[in-house]
Amino acid sequence: MSNARETEVAILGAGMTEWGKWGKPFVEYGVAAIREAIADAGIDYSDVQFVAGAATVRNGYPGYVAGATFAQAMGWTGVQISTSYAACASGTQAIASARAQILSGAVDVALVVGADTTPKGFLAPSKGERGDDPDWLRFRLLGATNPTYFGLYARRRMDLYGATPEDFAAVKVKNAQMGAMNPRARYKKAFTAEDVANSPVVADPLRLLEICATSDGGAALVLCSKEYAAKKGIANPVKVRGISTVTPTFPNQLIDMPNFATDSAAGVAHVGPSFKDSIAAAAYAEADMGPDDMDLAEVYDLSSALELDWIENIGLCKEGEAEKMLRDGDTALGGKIPVNPSGGLGAFGEAVPAQAIAQVCELTWQLRGQSGDRQVEGAKAGVTANQGLFGHGSSVVCVR
Amino acid sequence: MSKPQVSAKPEWFVHDGEPPHLIGTQCEQSGTYHFPPEYTMSRAPGFADSALTEVQLSRTGTLWSYTNAGYQPPSPYVPVAEPFEPFAIAAVELAEEQMVVLGQVVEGVSADDLQVGMEMELVSAPLFEDDDAVHMVWKWKPVSSGATEGANA
Repeated sequence: MSNARETEVAILGAGMTEWGKWGKPFVEYGVAAIREAIADAGIDYSDVQFVAGAATVRNGYPGYVAGATFAQAMGWTGVQISTSYAACASGTQAIASARAQILSGAVDVALVVGADTTPKGFLAPSKGERGDDPDWLRFRLLGATNPTYFGLYARRRMDLYGATPEDFAAVKVKNAQMGAMNPRARYKKAFTAEDVANSPVVADPLRLLEICATSDGGAALVLCSKEYAAKKGIANPVKVRGISTVTPTFPNQLIDMPNFATDSAAGVAHVGPSFKDSIAAAAYAEADMGPDDMDLAEVYDLSSALELDWIENIGLCKEGEAEKMLRDGDTALGGKIPVNPSGGLGAFGEAVPAQAIAQVCELTWQLRGQSGDRQVEGAKAGVTANQGLFGHGSSVVCVR
Repeated sequence: MSKPQVSAKPEWFVHDGEPPHLIGTQCEQSGTYHFPPEYTMSRAPGFADSALTEVQLSRTGTLWSYTNAGYQPPSPYVPVAEPFEPFAIAAVELAEEQMVVLGQVVEGVSADDLQVGMEMELVSAPLFEDDDAVHMVWKWKPVSSGATEGANA
């Protein structure tokens, strides 16, 4: 797209709680993140014309109507709202919803927010006898949890590309080192390879310290038109330049949560990039940029091994070469392209509707040069990548 | 008196077939298969008006990948052993259908016994038991394995 600059919106403010496991109402985390983002933006909440909420399905009705829930918590102002649910990709859909409002000219200032309070242990499906819900059935008929799928991908990397358990542990160690420098991370311990090896196997070959936890947390962004940012005296804001919320193309040949099977390629051959390869590609295309233009990446390391898949999926190297990048230190802080300088999910755990927004918060602080010890020097552009179960792609390209 | 065996998901799996098999549907015009069976409309773009025919899916394939459940999955998984015994889970690629289908691996075969590319076959094996019946499900078994579960298949 040649008009990438015309489709940019500015990020005026970013806010995010520390991630943890406190069991407080999710609204509290969201409100804390909103207040920080509003203050960071230098505006008053009454200036917000649109609230895009990312929903949570684990906190009852208020979670399903997150946009209204946060608008009420902030004090009704008559503000217009939307609520998005796309599993782990919910945050990106909320960002896309806010951007559409701004680019259409309907509003100048929009707030994006997501927050979650999670139960202990595995994420489980909705209760009841739900014999037509694949997410329920996979637990009943297969005993397949989310880590089951991560284990399948990891084992395939080992058998196809020669990845080793030591490689997977090295991803965790790298991200733990970065998380130890991030005050908002839940886990601030610089775990060692030995710590990983001593943790129990959850889904062969992955161990407990390599599977992301479920966390509480909230993240928020204030987005606005570039004109509004200029009016506020922000000459060079961080900008959202590309967003991807793509779905797969038929036939999707990679087994995805919560499915029992892939699509069949017996009748119709798959053409073009795989679903996971198409996710960031769509955001790059919209931004009129490519992986070589990126200075950092925040990817969805639901497991340590999955980060290696993402490195390839977002185009940082060819398929089967991520282990080499990792071993060469290319993805560490100070390397060619640091991946997950926030510490990633390994250091945060997953607060589902907040997570994709949190990725963009990290890009915002990195591109502003506000990331302290974990700062990627001279970062001018970054990409996020994420995927929500049931076929949700999610990627955002930000520039400054 | 032994309890009757029933399929844990009769719409998808025929446990007492000769042999036991998964039920899929095939789009007549494109040839695409669907599992779970799809009856409303072909998912192959452009074949909306094609008829969907019920078919038995292939019972053998090659191991695409595998893992295990090291911890007891949450409900609605029904615990079968106290304390919990880890079990393996396989993703098997069916050659004819060109699709990957998940299933538990039969008892007695662990992740250590598996390797990508192995030949696997589908068998009927107990998933759990309640007061009324033994609920049977499809499981994957290495063709070369000496595992006894599902040996009746």
